[in-house]
Amino acid sequence: MTPSNQNNDLKAKLLADFRSLEERLNGASKTALHQTRREALHQFDRLGFPTIKHEEWKYTNVSSLIKEVFEFNAASQVTADDLVQLESSRLEGNVLYFVNGRYQPELSKIVSPAEQLTITTLDEAIKNTPDLLAQYFAQYADYRQDAFTALNTAFAQEGVFIHVPANTTVEAPTILRFLSDARAVNVASQPRNLFVVEKNAEVKVAESFRTLGDQASFTNVVTEIVLAEDARMEYYKVQNESDMAYHIGTTQVDQKDRSYFYSATVTLDGGFIRNNLNIALDGSECEAHMYGLYFPNGRQHIDNHTLVDHRQPNSHSNELYKGILEDRSTGVFNGKIFVRQAAQKTNAYQSCKNVVLSNDATMNTKPQLEIFADDVKCSHGTTTGKLNEEALFYMRSRGIPKDEAQSLLMYAFAEDVIAKIKIDPLREQIERRIQAKLAR
Amino acid sequence: MLTISNLQASIGSKEILKGINLDVKAGEVHAIMGPNGSGKSTLASVLSGREDYDVTGGSVTFEGKDLLEMAPEERAAEGIFLAFQYPVEIPGVSTTNFLKTAMNEIRKYRGQDPLDAVQFLKLMKEKMKLVNIDQSLLSRSLNEGFSGGEKKRNEIFQMAMLEPKLAILDETDSGLDIDALRIVAEGVNQLRSPERATIVVTHYQRLLDYIVPDYVHVLYKGRIVKSGPKELAFELEEKGYDWIKAEVETV
Repeated sequence: MTPSNQNNDLKAKLLADFRSLEERLNGASKTALHQTRREALHQFDRLGFPTIKHEEWKYTNVSSLIKEVFEFNAASQVTADDLVQLESSRLEGNVLYFVNGRYQPELSKIVSPAEQLTITTLDEAIKNTPDLLAQYFAQYADYRQDAFTALNTAFAQEGVFIHVPANTTVEAPTILRFLSDARAVNVASQPRNLFVVEKNAEVKVAESFRTLGDQASFTNVVTEIVLAEDARMEYYKVQNESDMAYHIGTTQVDQKDRSYFYSATVTLDGGFIRNNLNIALDGSECEAHMYGLYFPNGRQHIDNHTLVDHRQPNSHSNELYKGILEDRSTGVFNGKIFVRQAAQKTNAYQSCKNVVLSNDATMNTKPQLEIFADDVKCSHGTTTGKLNEEALFYMRSRGIPKDEAQSLLMYAFAEDVIAKIKIDPLREQIERRIQAKLAR
Repeated sequence: MLTISNLQASIGSKEILKGINLDVKAGEVHAIMGPNGSGKSTLASVLSGREDYDVTGGSVTFEGKDLLEMAPEERAAEGIFLAFQYPVEIPGVSTTNFLKTAMNEIRKYRGQDPLDAVQFLKLMKEKMKLVNIDQSLLSRSLNEGFSGGEKKRNEIFQMAMLEPKLAILDETDSGLDIDALRIVAEGVNQLRSPERATIVVTHYQRLLDYIVPDYVHVLYKGRIVKSGPKELAFELEEKGYDWIKAEVETV
């Protein structure tokens, strides 16, 4: 059996789904956006789902994902009562809910005035501002190289388009909550987001992913972020999904001169997770900060791939990812830094630290630096170890039981990444969830 | 309070304690002295429950209970405190938070209600004076970046907070200048009471100028080879350990 045959089922279904999507689109299939979808579908067909022979997927085997049968964009009745059960943070800001990929206007609220930002669903943007959208859509996330990005692009329909006009500071944070309602059937969704921050504008956006129910779910999300000159953005991705959840996500960032990007990716729970965070520093004097925290237990698998591409001089990138692995969980960190020949005076730092609590847990780390400029400062380091036994004994000798001492040490280990989350209610919620997970 | 009978312990295949006998009563201060490598720190570690050592024989009872059966945290809750020779740095955990957790875990073990924030702070303020420790130090990560003297003061501060029945000071004088030594010793002395006992493990006599023991024991090659009143410490200071070694070898 050839690798491409193994993923025939889901792939064949998706190719067929695309044909019925086109039928539903009717006249809209002539648009430029739909031509991009078509091209993306063609690329998906050509690429197929990756196997572990693919260098970028060596430790993340999607074979069990493609054996599952999912209902895409399944109908769901999620009410405000269901949301209470999720104990989401009471965030003052723009809150948009999506359930199984579909926007839920009755659960959502937008508080920022229209002059501060335009916030619409992708669906509306396709109808109302197709020309603006076409300037950016699929220009950054590369659907010619990555099968999941190609798949997402081919089916791009639901998601959020945020446009922040020049010289505007959006005070209120925006949080996009993507729920998979897997209470009845296996569900799948492919959110597609685009955030455009114009010159000297500033915005904070968080994406949160949750699951309801015990059936399998598959989220294939792509977010493109475009920062113009002097733009500033804080971006958070928080994953709190079930053990039956598959999540493949790509966040693609493009930065122009003097722009500032600050991100934290926190994965508390989720069965099978792959996060790609790709940043192109396409301007000089940019700053990019990437923080990550992942916390797998049981048989969870969490893979973070990051790529920073220094294309222009005098930019600074800084990365710190931390992981705590329990039970039979597996983690992957792959951090690539490119420094192109033009990118003189680059400063690039990368660090990945892991604590492995069980002999059955595995962490694979791979830093990759490719430097073509000669006047740069780059450093990277990864560590993987156990909890400090001496510290554990010290705490126990003061009366703190072993489990409690371990929790305190783990929390302390994670603390410097947690502290990077600057939206207080979001950070407090994450703190509570981490403490609850540690107390188990 | 504490009865050690024929205690033997090893690390790996190396036998370190070869039959220790010691009886400590409430109100007493015992000094354990001896040359390097004699087993002093091993004794302190075994009493506090460090898992690196295998107890191969003998028994230890603390207030009638089998101490060796207890986990380190149970020993602490029963009232044993070890002041570390090398206090551990724990980034991300403040001394305050750490101590509050420890105190309330011990209280839980004893069936007492936890201290609330106000009670805890009041107690902390009171004990801080004892060792002249600064509030700002306590809100920092536990021992992280502390000087040698600050670490040892922090040990005695923790001891004052936890009010153990039996305190074991493992080489508390090492790395301290004379001023820090005096502060630490004063802290220990203020905690002396008829209900409490202290075991001072030290290589040098100078700490015993400040913490005056009731008994001095000399540990050599894993055994207590000589015991005596506090004057024994002066003799050791004057003559070193060689005469004891010679005495033991001739027996």
